[in-house]
Amino acid sequence: MERHGIPPTEKMRGLKCRECGTMYPLEPMNVCSLCFGPLEVDYDYEALRGRVTRQSIAAGPKNLWRYRDLLPIGEVTDPDFGVGFTPLFKAHRLGERLGLSNLYIKNDTANPTWSFKDRVVSVAVAKAIEFGFDTVACASTGNLGNAVAAQAARRGLKCFIFMPADLELPKIVGTLIFRPTLVAVKGNYDAVNRLCAEVSATMNWGFVNINLRSYYSEGSKTLGFEVVEQLGWRVPDHIIVPMASGSLLTKVWKSLKEMERLGLIGEVPTKVHGAQAAGCSPIVTAFKEKAEFVRPVKPNTIVKSLAIGNPADGIYAVRAIRESGGLAEAVTDEEVVDGIKTLAETEGLFTETAGGVTIATVKKLVRQKVIGPDDIVVALITGCGFKTQEVLTDRLEEPMIVEPRLTAFQEQLALRVIS
Amino acid sequence: MTKKRVQLVFPKHLVDKPIVWQLGQKFKVVTNIRRANIDAECGWIDLEVEGEADEIEKGLQWLAETGVEVNPIEKQVVE
Repeated sequence: MERHGIPPTEKMRGLKCRECGTMYPLEPMNVCSLCFGPLEVDYDYEALRGRVTRQSIAAGPKNLWRYRDLLPIGEVTDPDFGVGFTPLFKAHRLGERLGLSNLYIKNDTANPTWSFKDRVVSVAVAKAIEFGFDTVACASTGNLGNAVAAQAARRGLKCFIFMPADLELPKIVGTLIFRPTLVAVKGNYDAVNRLCAEVSATMNWGFVNINLRSYYSEGSKTLGFEVVEQLGWRVPDHIIVPMASGSLLTKVWKSLKEMERLGLIGEVPTKVHGAQAAGCSPIVTAFKEKAEFVRPVKPNTIVKSLAIGNPADGIYAVRAIRESGGLAEAVTDEEVVDGIKTLAETEGLFTETAGGVTIATVKKLVRQKVIGPDDIVVALITGCGFKTQEVLTDRLEEPMIVEPRLTAFQEQLALRVIS
Repeated sequence: MTKKRVQLVFPKHLVDKPIVWQLGQKFKVVTNIRRANIDAECGWIDLEVEGEADEIEKGLQWLAETGVEVNPIEKQVVE
């Protein structure tokens, strides 16, 4: 397999502050030292135009590295792990239930550790190795920790995962199995957060979502690239994106605009809609209030994977939604559970709560007539429900309990309405 | 001497108070505002605080006790 794409020096100018525009070299840093704004990779699109084509992408592997020329990495050093190029399928039965004739599901539960975090971590770990770090780290209570620990194991890197000490064992098995050093911090969520920011400033480690965040977040673009390519280089009318830090939505929008800029697609008409749980919806609130500041909140929702009360990219997500002409909506925990069940019952896909937020938001936007019956709609399912089964306790139909006799079974069956 | 970068978030009842000035008066720290946005409802300041480590910690503790939310400049990193 051809591992060399366009060299980093030819495709990237450096890191650029999103607020004041100050440029920095491509180093492990994420905050502008002048204004403290976040840094983002600055590509040389003129240099890329004509070199990144539908054909050059199609010639790449069937994983996220087919878009390597639009990612901030040099050589692809782990081509075979199977991250990305997850299925995009037409959701006939769910579409029928919701009154949509062109509803598509992007199934990112098909990644190696069952969530889209494998994408961002792939880029962060590749970058960590390029920078010469022998240790990667993150603070996580779920999907991110799973992904970092797995890829560190695969690449032979040392790994530290920080978590609150009171997290239940079943939630950490999916991380511990990869044998990282799990640091259980005696303190609440905020204490873990503060400690990790301090640790990242003092240790020479690749903290995937702190000092490597500018690179890490670029991995999310591959979701957008794939959606368009898998639709036959068509852009959808609507994409519904669950929001935690807001980074995923920002990068999905960026991916569409990059493809437009490079001439891979025409003008982008897509409305990008952001979805949050009502118990933690600071980005939705800022959008609805037309605010220029995302006010932090204390999360209170079953949707733990989106429970980021002080989202790092919140305001950029608000701006991306506005620019695309999309909307931001919040849904209740009950609507989330209903969304999870509806997706499972109609499409055979078990999503974690974030996917329930997405499906519930699609329903809401259809009800509001924001989405029309024949619009092309893509719902991003970013994580797998088998990891978070506890949210469905007492919310599913009871099993049919029978004595081990045929007549007993037949009697029970007669009482039960099977739909 | 050390430097620390923090994001301060002010609730409504503190937006008109000279909190950053008080921080510099009560503790031996130098404060340097890099970005900020404050209106009648709430506000935030991205602040650099310079001083001895324990003095910075005491100052940040006082801010939290006063009702100001003190966050890392990266905001929430637990994902």
